[in-house]
Amino acid sequence: MAVAQAKQDLTEARIDALEMPGGAGWADEARGHALSRLRAMGLPGRRDEYWKYTDPTSLTQIEAPRAAVFDATDEAAMFDGIERLKIVFVDGVFDAGASDDLSLAGVEIERLSEATAKDIHWAREVFGQLEAAGQTPVARPLAALNTAFATDGVVIRATGKAARPVSLIYLHRSDRSDAILHHVVRVEEGAELTILENGPAAARFNKCMEISVADGGAFHHVRAQGRDHERRAATHMFARLGEGSTYKSFTLTANGVMTRNEHVIELTGDDASAHVAGAAMGDGKSGAFHHDDTVFITHDAVNCESRQVFKKVLRNGAAGVFQGKILVKPDAQKTDGYQISQSLLLDEDSSFQAKPELEIYADDVSCSHGSTTGAIDDTALFYLRSRGVPTDLATDLLVLAFLDEAIQEIADERLADDIRLRLQQWLERRRKG
Amino acid sequence: MLSIKNLQVKLEEEDKQILKGVDLEVEAGRVHAIMGPNGSGKSTLSYVLSGRDGYEVTGGSATLEGEDLLAMEPEERAAAGLFLAFQYPVEIPGVGNMTFLRTALNAQRKARGEEEMSAGDFLKLIRAKAKDLKIDAEMLKRPVNVGFSGGEKKRNEILQMAMLEPKMCILDETDSGLDVDAMKLVSDGVNALRSEGRGFLVITHYQRLLDHIKPDVVHIMADGRIIKTGGPELALEVEQNGYADILNEVA
Repeated sequence: MAVAQAKQDLTEARIDALEMPGGAGWADEARGHALSRLRAMGLPGRRDEYWKYTDPTSLTQIEAPRAAVFDATDEAAMFDGIERLKIVFVDGVFDAGASDDLSLAGVEIERLSEATAKDIHWAREVFGQLEAAGQTPVARPLAALNTAFATDGVVIRATGKAARPVSLIYLHRSDRSDAILHHVVRVEEGAELTILENGPAAARFNKCMEISVADGGAFHHVRAQGRDHERRAATHMFARLGEGSTYKSFTLTANGVMTRNEHVIELTGDDASAHVAGAAMGDGKSGAFHHDDTVFITHDAVNCESRQVFKKVLRNGAAGVFQGKILVKPDAQKTDGYQISQSLLLDEDSSFQAKPELEIYADDVSCSHGSTTGAIDDTALFYLRSRGVPTDLATDLLVLAFLDEAIQEIADERLADDIRLRLQQWLERRRKG
Repeated sequence: MLSIKNLQVKLEEEDKQILKGVDLEVEAGRVHAIMGPNGSGKSTLSYVLSGRDGYEVTGGSATLEGEDLLAMEPEERAAAGLFLAFQYPVEIPGVGNMTFLRTALNAQRKARGEEEMSAGDFLKLIRAKAKDLKIDAEMLKRPVNVGFSGGEKKRNEILQMAMLEPKMCILDETDSGLDVDAMKLVSDGVNALRSEGRGFLVITHYQRLLDHIKPDVVHIMADGRIIKTGGPELALEVEQNGYADILNEVA
C-alpha cells in the first residue's frame, strides 16, 4: 500500500523522535516488524475512514500536548478495598518502590524489559504477534508504534487461578510526559486472571495490551479512566481466545480531552466467549471531551458468543463515538453476537456518532445490534422532582441508572460496586463543583 | 392549608383553557374530595399544583400555608409539604425503590434545613411502613415501579406518602386499576395518615373510594370549575344519578 507523502513525512518525523529499546533477538525482531508495519500503514490522519469521527492529530504529533498534572489526592484510591497486587507506573515508568513484590500464587510477573532481554521466553509467542494479527483487515498504526517503541510494561502469565487481581496503577507527575506502555498477558489452560487498571498515566498515553487466553482460561479486566481532564489516550486490547475460554472487559471513563479505546478480539476456539462493556461520562464544561470506543470482534470458531455493551452520557458539548464490528467467518456457525451502543445526551450541544457493523459469512448465526441516542426521560425526571429530589440530583440518578446496564456486565460484584461507588462520587463532585 | 383562588390554566402548547377559575380551600385535618366527569380538569388541577410542565397559569393563585406554590419548582413544592399520588406512577428502570425513597427523603430534609436520616434509621422506618402496606423486601429492592402490578404501584405511592409525611396530600384517581382488596389496603394506608395537621384532596371518578376514605367535603368539578360543594351525601348522589342531574341543575 502506497502511503501518501504527507502521511509518510508525519510518520517518519514521529519515528525519528522515538528510540527503539534493545533486547534479545526475538524481541528486536518483533519490534522491527512492528516498525515496518507502521511505515507501511503510516500514522492515522483525519481522512482515514477508521478515524472519521475522531481526530488523531494530538495522538500522532511529535510532542505530547501539555496536560496539567493530575493527582486525585482528594479521593480514595481506586479499588482500595480490593485485595490486589499493585504494580505502579509513574509517567509510564515502572516504579518498583511503589509497587508490591511481583510474586503471586498462580501468576508469573516480569517487567517487559526483563522478559524481552531473555533469549527464550513465553512472551515471544504473544508480544507483537496479536497486534500484528489485529492489523487486518483494519490498520491500527498507533498499536504498531506501541509495539516498536514501548519503553515499559509488564508480562503476566497465569498458570492457575490467580490468588488476587493484578492492579496496574498509572500515575501522572509531569505535564509533558508521553508514555508508551505495552503489556503482554498469557492465561494458560484453565487458568484465571483479573487485571485492574486505573490512573491518569501521563500527559499522553499510548497503551497496548495483548492477551492470549488458552483453552478454558478466563481473563477479566476492569478499568477506570478519569478524572484527569487533559488526558490524551489511545489504548488497544488485542485478545485471542482459545476453546471454551472467556474474556470480559469493562471500562469506566470520565473526562479526558481525547480517549480512544480499541478492542480487537479474535475467537479462535469453539465455545469461547467475549464480553466488552464501557460506561463513559463526558462533560465538555471543563474542556473538550471526546471519547471513542472502537471494537472489532472476529468469530472464527463454532458456537462462540460475543457481547458489546457501551453507554455514554454526554453534556456541555461532549462528543462520543462508537465503532463496533462483528465479523463472522464462514466456519463460525452457531455464533451468537450482540452489540448495543447507547448515548444519553443531556443537552443539544453534545453529540454521539455510532457506526455498528455486522459482516457475516456463516449461515447459522444469531447476531443483533442496536444503537440509540436519547435525552433524559422527562416523565421520570418530573416524578423524581415531585418527590423532592432536585433536578441535578434527579438527573444523576437517571444517569447512574442508564450507565448501570454497562456496569452490570462486570462479573465480580465487589468490583462492580466499587465502580458504582466511584461513579457516584464523580457525579457528586461534578454536581457540587 | 391549601388555598386555591380563581385558578385559571391553559395548555402551554395549545390555546385551550382547562381550568376556568377554580376556588378551593382545604383545611388541615380535613379530607376534601373532587369528583367530576372525564375532561373536567381534575387531573390538570393536580398536575398544576405539583408543578408539571406543559401548563400555563393565566390567572389566580395557589398557596400552601400561605406560600405561593406556583412560584416554586416541583422539588420545592415537595419540600414545602405537597405530595401528589400519581394516577399513573412512573417506572424508572435502574433506580432502586429504596435508593429513590432515601434520596427523596433526605433531599426534602436538606431543603428544610433538617438533618439527613441515617441509613439504619431509614431502613427501620421503611420496613415498618412497608409491612403495613404489605410491600415485601423484594419490592423495595426492585427498580421504582418496574414490573409492578397496578395495585403494587398504587401501594408504592402510599408508601412514599407515608415515608415523606407531607402536609398536603393529593391523590389523583388512586382507585383506578385497583381491585377491592387493593382498594382496602390503599385506603387503610391513607386513613392511617389522616391527622390534625394534614390535609387531603382526593380526586376520583367514583364514589366507591370514598366509602373507604371518608371525605369531609365533596366538590363536583365540571368544565374547569367547581360547580357544587357539599358533604359526603353529594358523592352518593353522583353514584345514584350520575353527573347529568347536577350539571343540569347548575346550568
